Amino acid sequence: MILSTSLTNLLPLPILVPLLGAGVTLLLGHMPRAQRAVSTLCLLAVPLITSVLLYLADTRGVQHLWVGGWRPPLGIALVADRLSALMLLVASLVTLSVHVFATGQDAEERKVETPVSIFHPTFLLLSAGVSNAFLAGDLFNLFVGFEMLLFSSYVLLTLGGTADRIRAGATYVVVNLLSSSLFLVALAAVYAATGTINMAQLSLRLPDLGDNVQGALQFALLAVFAIKAAVFPLSAWLPDSYPTAPAPVTAVFAGLLTKVGVYAILRTQTVLFDHRPLGTLLLVAALATMLVGIAGAVAQVEIKRILSFTLVSHIGFMVFGIGLATPDGLSGAIFYTAHHITIQTALFLVVGLVERVGGTTSIDRLGGLAAASPVLGALFFVPAMNLAGIPPMSGFVGKLGLLDAGVRAGTPLAWLLVAGSVVTSLLTLYAVAKIWSRSFWADPVEGAPPPPTKVRLPRLQTATAMTMVALTLLIAVLAGPLYAYTDRAAETLRSGEYARTVLAEVAS
Amino acid sequence: MSPNLTLALVAGILVACGVYLLTERSLTRILVGVVILSNGVNILFLVASGPAGRPPFVGSSDTADSADPLPQAMVLTAIVITLAVTAYVLAMAYRSFQLHGHDEVSDDVEDARIRELAGRDEASESFEPITFADTGEDVVSE
Repeated sequence: MILSTSLTNLLPLPILVPLLGAGVTLLLGHMPRAQRAVSTLCLLAVPLITSVLLYLADTRGVQHLWVGGWRPPLGIALVADRLSALMLLVASLVTLSVHVFATGQDAEERKVETPVSIFHPTFLLLSAGVSNAFLAGDLFNLFVGFEMLLFSSYVLLTLGGTADRIRAGATYVVVNLLSSSLFLVALAAVYAATGTINMAQLSLRLPDLGDNVQGALQFALLAVFAIKAAVFPLSAWLPDSYPTAPAPVTAVFAGLLTKVGVYAILRTQTVLFDHRPLGTLLLVAALATMLVGIAGAVAQVEIKRILSFTLVSHIGFMVFGIGLATPDGLSGAIFYTAHHITIQTALFLVVGLVERVGGTTSIDRLGGLAAASPVLGALFFVPAMNLAGIPPMSGFVGKLGLLDAGVRAGTPLAWLLVAGSVVTSLLTLYAVAKIWSRSFWADPVEGAPPPPTKVRLPRLQTATAMTMVALTLLIAVLAGPLYAYTDRAAETLRSGEYARTVLAEVAS
Repeated sequence: MSPNLTLALVAGILVACGVYLLTERSLTRILVGVVILSNGVNILFLVASGPAGRPPFVGSSDTADSADPLPQAMVLTAIVITLAVTAYVLAMAYRSFQLHGHDEVSDDVEDARIRELAGRDEASESFEPITFADTGEDVVSE
């Protein structure tokens, strides 16, 4: 018992360690090596801590801690159930590898114009914000987590302050400011209606409210998180803002930021509003997100933009699972989120290498990359096929799970979604095959610079990209146990265990 | 508890003005919009905290007629965040002014290019009727 009490004290660490590291690295601004060492240590510690949390959440149920020693329910609650723990672990692995990739880039390109002294503290803050959002047990703390990660992302997106990035940053900042304001409005309304913002208490108090009030609160929160997750029709900001940032930044944004939004939708729609699912609305939004997103991807000629559009489109798969609101659907959505975090990050890291080797990411001006560097070719080909869902990779497993859940739901709308998913997968294959055949396989178009003949890939960056690709393959190998885990996670979400455990001290 | 109608109306007007200014192209106007919008949202929290009462200090008054401290704490956090947002948008507007001599947000170049192609009903340079015999996706694209 003493052991388990002391182990819940691990809960704040995924937030505190990077925060502390951010402060230290800011002080070490003039010593790049020390900065790198400190951030590496911090980001190495987080996956270790989160693995312990994952184990605890899986074997001993929902872990929670009332921070600050106030009498519950007054303090701030940090909660890790199976869903949060899995998201935390995947997120921390991704941030670690992106950090290593960025470090490799620093070492390779000494003359880059980006102010390196700011990069590490901001990146650590981003990591702390993501952890805080996943661990938050109340809506306001979730808001603070979002603001932490958004602020870091504003700075990372406009690193160096070039004209392109300022333009892209402006769109991104304004859209996110609006959604944050809406979040605050929703918070004020929730507090006025229920007198609490603790999610566990809300799950008990919300069902007693009038139907209209509940609906207003639910729609407001859904709109907020749909903007952050880039669900159509609130997704137009994403492909405009992501591609201009430096490669490691785009990689971590594409992997993590929208998924925090998906997590928040999943959390609020299950823990808070489990009694009134928004099935039809979410399913229609999911279908539109998939199809509009992938149509955008097919029209583009810039690799980063193509991948940004496929990112939007694949958010639709996760919303599909959430919209079904069946245990299978939720489990599929959680699995797909974990898979998609790793796959998008891997792809964007590889595109960073492509940009380095080819000097551009426009497929109009690239060609013959596979011949120039077979390693790079393989590094792109494997995750690209995984994204499209070619068996036996994790994308296939994730999509199969969602399709299965859709078929089992059996409603006409669910069948429509199943058809939409298949079409989207095929078009994704078309989009990535276009990149592959034009940039890697075919000779460059006439008038374009000849493909580089002798290519030396930066060692550390290539190794990191390889590790990420290996991680995506590992998800496929471990699909059985992982799917069993997400099944249990979905069960926890809907069983009310969350509220019971968190409020255990309050009742007594 | 009956909510304060005046405060709610003021909040509504401020939010409306703020959102209108956010839709402008000039970053300075957007900045003013952000400030007004966030003040409106903060007032909403005051509405949520119920009627005004004595200050929420322990022992200074009866708990029944003191103000609710929690929304005040939340507003405080929100104000701090607004401060940071203001500083950031100001810096961005200044940088934009340095680069272009004005602070208006322009359209995305890539978007404009694709829109132009669509207007002329042409395919992009990268489009080439290659047949992908092994994957068969041109069946889908047709």
